[in-house]
Amino acid sequence: MADKFEIRICGFGGQGVILAGFILGQAAAIFKGQDAVFIQDYGPEARGGACRADVVISDQRVLYPYITNPSLLIVMSQVAYDKFSSQSDNDTLLIVDEDLVEVGAARWKRVLSIPATRMAEELGRVAVANIVMLGFVTAVTRVVSVEEMKQSVQASVPKGTEELNMRAFESGYAYGLEKLQFRPEQE
Amino acid sequence: MTEDGCLVGEFFFSGNEACTEGAISAGCRFFGGYPITPSTEIAERMSERLPEVGGAFIQMEDEIASMAAILGASWGGVKAMTATSGPGFSLMMENIGLGLMTETPCVVVNMQRAGPSTGLPTLTGQGDMMQARWGSHGCYGIIALSPDSPQELFDLTVKAFNLSETYRLPVLVMSEAAVGHMYEKVVIPPPGEIEVVHRRKPTVPPEKYLPFKPDADLVPPMANAGEGYHFHVTGLTHDERGYPASSVEVQDKLVRRLVDKVYKNADKIIEVEEDRVDDAEVVVCAYGISARVSRIAIEHARDMGIRAGLLRLITVWPFPEARVRDIARQVKAFIVPEINYGQIALEVERCAGGAARTILVPHMGGGVHNPETILDVIRQAVR
Repeated sequence: MADKFEIRICGFGGQGVILAGFILGQAAAIFKGQDAVFIQDYGPEARGGACRADVVISDQRVLYPYITNPSLLIVMSQVAYDKFSSQSDNDTLLIVDEDLVEVGAARWKRVLSIPATRMAEELGRVAVANIVMLGFVTAVTRVVSVEEMKQSVQASVPKGTEELNMRAFESGYAYGLEKLQFRPEQE
Repeated sequence: MTEDGCLVGEFFFSGNEACTEGAISAGCRFFGGYPITPSTEIAERMSERLPEVGGAFIQMEDEIASMAAILGASWGGVKAMTATSGPGFSLMMENIGLGLMTETPCVVVNMQRAGPSTGLPTLTGQGDMMQARWGSHGCYGIIALSPDSPQELFDLTVKAFNLSETYRLPVLVMSEAAVGHMYEKVVIPPPGEIEVVHRRKPTVPPEKYLPFKPDADLVPPMANAGEGYHFHVTGLTHDERGYPASSVEVQDKLVRRLVDKVYKNADKIIEVEEDRVDDAEVVVCAYGISARVSRIAIEHARDMGIRAGLLRLITVWPFPEARVRDIARQVKAFIVPEINYGQIALEVERCAGGAARTILVPHMGGGVHNPETILDVIRQAVR
């Protein structure tokens, strides 16, 4: 079968992880022109508890829209980490909000972290933590291009907040580029 | 967006959003509904979109009233729709029957979830397929469509409206949570490129109009209330004037026509998709999300040298009897994965008539088949 790139974004309800998943899927499907499916965890537990957004991207039609083992796991809360980290194997690239997630035993070969929520607070609005995270993810994974992701962010955030969201994106993106420079080994 | 409020372009839509836009593009201007997971986003988006295009949205007190409301809207001349899920679909059954008896064009979307009863409200199922066929009392023909993607939810919602206007009956879009809540690219063509069927109006003057006198295709032209034509509808057995007539003869003529207008036009109504059926020794017959994941199993089977094919039911009702009968003569087995304990598999088995085996791959709901499970059954079937 075609190469699939499976991404899971998880956190607690209200952090914007669902919107982040939508923006990522839209960037791939509409602005990059790949095949992409986005599915949100949908249930009573999504309110306040751990919630997740799953995106599957492929060059061919995504026939099975569910994630079996994410290539990329983005975690923005401890509860979500505890709930979803066991479903990933050692090859998964783990990205966490470093202030909110304590990564347990060193089973992960590839972990990157960013204080996305703290950076969003410094920008004046904690609500843009998800967009900071997307900027970071774009820098360190190139799953879609910067332009594709920016277009998708612009098309999805509430009117009047575009400028703030762009600043959030840029700060996460810059942080990601910086991280990459200081990484001992490139992927 | 066009001048009349229809969207055009590429969108990253959920199936529910695509369904709503399909309805708008098909000319739907009335929605009466009662929100229920996993169909709620249809009602939600309709409540925003219909006022923008000069239509009306009413949140009714329940699903019984919702179904009644769209019948009334249709009699008034407006294309009308409702959307629901299992528990609401059960409540709609009586008035779906009224719509069938009064030959009222409308569209009912059922975003299936796992039942029975309230079951798994947020999780997928395909357990209402036989209810779609037989759920309302009495004899009738019905049309039901099953989309496998958000794009197809757009396309088939348009088609459902066209079929409902062509054959004067409620048409069912039998989708499911897995497709309604899935986001994917949806392409909406310009209005001129979307086929939209309008109601067939009477060609005779008002004094000569008989509202239930069929044309050659067994479908009567339909005047809308308020257009100067005599208009009377009843759930009672009625003559061509629309008046109650309690006789065996009238019943015979009417009910035969209600069934035959679907069966005798089945060739025009039925749409299936076939993938590598021609040389197949085993054919997976599936619909909706189950057909989608079956493709993976078929691909793997082909890689192993097994000649597997797919018969995807886009139209589930009327059932493509003739095609299944033909394929049965050439294959060892049909494999029917569905998210229930065997519904459409019974139809496949009936039409195969012993010429080929029918193997059900059931899933009780709450998720979709693992393609490996389907592959295992394919391998066993050719052994």
